Amino acid sequence: MKYIDEFRNKDLVITLTREISKKSRKRIRIMEVCGGHTLAIRKYGIQHLLPDNIELLSGPGCPVCVTNRTSIDRAIALSRLPGIIITTYGDLIRVRGSVSSLDQEKAQGADIRIVYSTMDALEIARNNTDKKVIFLGIGFETTTPSSAVAISEAVSQRIDNFYVLSMHKLMPPAMSALIEQGIHIDGYIGPGHVTAIAGADMYKPLLDQFGVSVVISGFEPVDLLQSVLMLVNMAEENRNGIEIQYKRAVTPQGNKKAIELVHHIFEPCDDEWRGLGSIRNSGLAIRKEYQHHNAALYFDVNVATAPEPEGCLCGEVLRGLKKPPDCRLFGKVCTPANPIGACMVSGEGACQAYFNYR
Amino acid sequence: MCLSIPAKILSVEGNTAKASVGGAIINTSLHLVDDIQPGDYVLIHTGFALQKISEEEALETIRMIEEMESGEPVA
Repeated sequence: MKYIDEFRNKDLVITLTREISKKSRKRIRIMEVCGGHTLAIRKYGIQHLLPDNIELLSGPGCPVCVTNRTSIDRAIALSRLPGIIITTYGDLIRVRGSVSSLDQEKAQGADIRIVYSTMDALEIARNNTDKKVIFLGIGFETTTPSSAVAISEAVSQRIDNFYVLSMHKLMPPAMSALIEQGIHIDGYIGPGHVTAIAGADMYKPLLDQFGVSVVISGFEPVDLLQSVLMLVNMAEENRNGIEIQYKRAVTPQGNKKAIELVHHIFEPCDDEWRGLGSIRNSGLAIRKEYQHHNAALYFDVNVATAPEPEGCLCGEVLRGLKKPPDCRLFGKVCTPANPIGACMVSGEGACQAYFNYR
Repeated sequence: MCLSIPAKILSVEGNTAKASVGGAIINTSLHLVDDIQPGDYVLIHTGFALQKISEEEALETIRMIEEMESGEPVA
């Protein structure tokens, strides 16, 4: 396939691997903060192509994984209300809340439907005017615009029975929070599709405040190795910066149309992340003008703050403090078929990526 | 979750398009992008085209790596 095959080219991989070995002297820790990168790095064995002085860490890049238990409990509480259809992207339904998962609620009769796109959720609302249809909005900068389009379309098409529960999150505040929490990171592999939307300039505060380099990367082996090389070059030359490897899709400014639409519908709010806790202005709430479509305001459900599962190290894994095999549940009681922690639920969670590509 | 696939636009009708992903034909929404023509490659995520893919930049990325092999300086 065009734009995939050429970035899996073996000769280019060998060239980059040699170049990295030639240039790299310093011991550096590189973190990726995108589930797609987590998956690709494990799948292609990228760590094994690098010299021992380069350590790759996985961060909080999987939206399903960083959605905390309290949020799952809230979604479950909504699904139990009468006359409700819950629509959601697939992975979320398998994440355990305090006592149940959306999957289990569905088995017990709740109307929970997996959709591929917010447009499908909107269609369900249009076809079920006697029901209230709630879309569970999770995801980072890449995914938020599709929720914004759905709300904007619901307004213009007067689909009054459509609501979004916004659990959308912003990536740069989490990247800053990790550094503030004292986690040693020399450079970030920046999330390619998050940045295709939001633009590489959004990392400037991270660079200015903490001096941490970011290279925005594509998702194929050639992309990832070239991004590592760019970070190695910056480290060896004692400079830091924001550089784009994934130039075929990413610009400094991003997708202006998508950014404006998101800004129009959503405003920043403090948000809770699994493992990282509360991070200032890291979430997105629906603006007052669109409150008719805001499930968080419209439906009154009380949910207690829920602790994470006992023994589960997802919180540490998401901060790069532990690797999945460090968890005593990993691969024993916690497996993709029976996930205890959220990082084992999603195919791009660090635990499932480690499990599948051991 | 933020996975996205390169797709070739086959036809455009208002705010939607038919696109080919390795031969499979899917519908995609064009709400987030402007000036999309048949033949363009776009990144598709959850049914939405996110961004046009630049062929020029893709070729340039590969050229830079190929130059490393021949020992020429890399910018």
